Amino acid sequence: MSEHPSTYEPGSAFERWLDVRLPIIRFGADLMSFPTPRNLNYWYTFGGILAFCLAVQIVTGIVLAMHYDPSGAGAFLSVNGSIMRDVNYGWLIRGLHANGASMFFIAVYLHIARGMYYGSYKAPREVLWLLGCVIFLLMIVTAFMGYVLPWGQMSFWAAKVITNVLGAFPIIGKPLTTLLWGGYAVDSPTLNRFFSLHYLLPFVIAAVVVLHIWALHVPGNANPTGVEVKSKDDTLPFHPYYTVKDLFAISVFMIMFAVFVFYLPDALGKADNAIPANPLKTPAHIVPEWYLLPFYAILRAIPDKLTGVIALMGAMGVLFVLPWLDTSKVRSMRYRPTYRMYFFIWVVAAWILGWCGSQEPDGQLIHGMTTFTLIDYDLNSVTWISRFSALYYFAFFLVITPLMGLTETPLPVPDSLYTPVLSHPAATPAGAAAAPEMKG
Amino acid sequence: MARGPRRTGVSSNVAEAPNRRDFIHIVATTATLGGVAAVAWPLIDQLNPAADAVALASIEYDLSRVLPGQEVTIAWRKQPVFVRHRTPAEIARARAEDAASDMKDRATDASRVKAGHEQWLILLASCTHLGCVPTFGGGDYGGWLCPCHGSQYDTSGRIRKGPAPLNLAVPDYAFLSDTKVKIG
Repeated sequence: MSEHPSTYEPGSAFERWLDVRLPIIRFGADLMSFPTPRNLNYWYTFGGILAFCLAVQIVTGIVLAMHYDPSGAGAFLSVNGSIMRDVNYGWLIRGLHANGASMFFIAVYLHIARGMYYGSYKAPREVLWLLGCVIFLLMIVTAFMGYVLPWGQMSFWAAKVITNVLGAFPIIGKPLTTLLWGGYAVDSPTLNRFFSLHYLLPFVIAAVVVLHIWALHVPGNANPTGVEVKSKDDTLPFHPYYTVKDLFAISVFMIMFAVFVFYLPDALGKADNAIPANPLKTPAHIVPEWYLLPFYAILRAIPDKLTGVIALMGAMGVLFVLPWLDTSKVRSMRYRPTYRMYFFIWVVAAWILGWCGSQEPDGQLIHGMTTFTLIDYDLNSVTWISRFSALYYFAFFLVITPLMGLTETPLPVPDSLYTPVLSHPAATPAGAAAAPEMKG
Repeated sequence: MARGPRRTGVSSNVAEAPNRRDFIHIVATTATLGGVAAVAWPLIDQLNPAADAVALASIEYDLSRVLPGQEVTIAWRKQPVFVRHRTPAEIARARAEDAASDMKDRATDASRVKAGHEQWLILLASCTHLGCVPTFGGGDYGGWLCPCHGSQYDTSGRIRKGPAPLNLAVPDYAFLSDTKVKIG
């Protein structure tokens, strides 16, 4: 697709003049006419939704920074007092920003799951996938630092726990945490630098997004069949076909977003964060934001500090090597029913880990039940449920994915991405038999 | 991007002896790296504790207000510190378990208090796992339970169960009198 010839014709004398000096209109026109597979479904709209999320976070964030006081003494009041009560529409802008982070993660998880399901990470799109993983990590760091800024109890203890995660590493750990803290403990200097970095990182994300889109436009989009584009007939211009599709998806997404902002503004937060940070007292039950719960459960499942931290990082890091772990020649899980089943179990394992992360460390699935013990494993305890789920989480990537590509028998893959479109019931004249094997 | 014809440039023979140009390259690269390092270090070191943070060195605390069985949490260098006035039963339990087999970071109770002041247990109140403040009275060992990840400490602040690797740390402190302690 990189060879996609420009169809832009400068329409005026000014455009012709500009085109030989800075062909920026041509650049935009080529983006709009970019040949895109004609069979992309709604799972492919999350890229557009994510761009929308990033824009919302940057715009609302810049406005909030105008009213925020990044000092240990003033931060809590500037957020909960000034922004939430005094600043005109401050409640709305903060509601958008705080809930926007959650929306961002909903979209990114679905975007990643779509990439996994349709095998979008496979050659020649490994760099595209890697850049996506980098964006995901940057998002986590940015969201974490943003969560610290209101300087409530959950903010403070999140900062303390996460910075201590780095302290698990031998030798460099301790100096590294001191460096992050700017003191002997999490304190005003920590808050200040987190604010500075929280402002910086979204622009770094935006820059990596540019690279991500560039890497997308070299091989062109993957698609649900996993069959590469073979001719011009397989594609449609991005505009208006996918601009309209993306905008419709963004509109639906905005409805969900608005429900949270206007009706459930605090549903995703924790009440303890309405208490100002107190370095002398940890809340009785601390948990991270929902989008980090599975990773938190993995950290907690392992009784050794350093191993736990390595597993936490490995759970994110394993995504980076997925293109090289997957040995299958078939891209899309549409044609890999066995692997697809293991993938759905993995999704369930990730949900279970999320649930475990939200529970107290010594909690139980069914309270009070003690009989469900297998050898030494109390299968009713959050700890053991986390351990088995974490084991599956890693086994899916490190064992099942490499082995499945070698052992499974995939379904027949269509000759072209257009074939299933033509034989889809919607494209079939009334009365003609639909092809059942093309379902899904 | 139009790619121009590949320029072969001046051919360089690898086997040739180092010449003036090689020398200039080495000197220039070294100077550049040195310069980058010299600029980078202040930019990194500014993140370390500033002089006013370092200056919060030691505090004194009057113990007479803490009755047996009570515990206070005070701030030293902005870190929480437990000052616990142990009951004879707590001391006895800690001493009895000195040789327990589940000790991860073996230390005798005597080594964690000052001789003659066994009732006073002074500890950094940061769980050695990820830094939360443990709560007294939880867990199976009569000591502290960390609310974050469930580490359990005994009545000497020693780690007995859970992900934390080390005992609650004992800061440097000295008794100025029977009722006054200086931490730091």
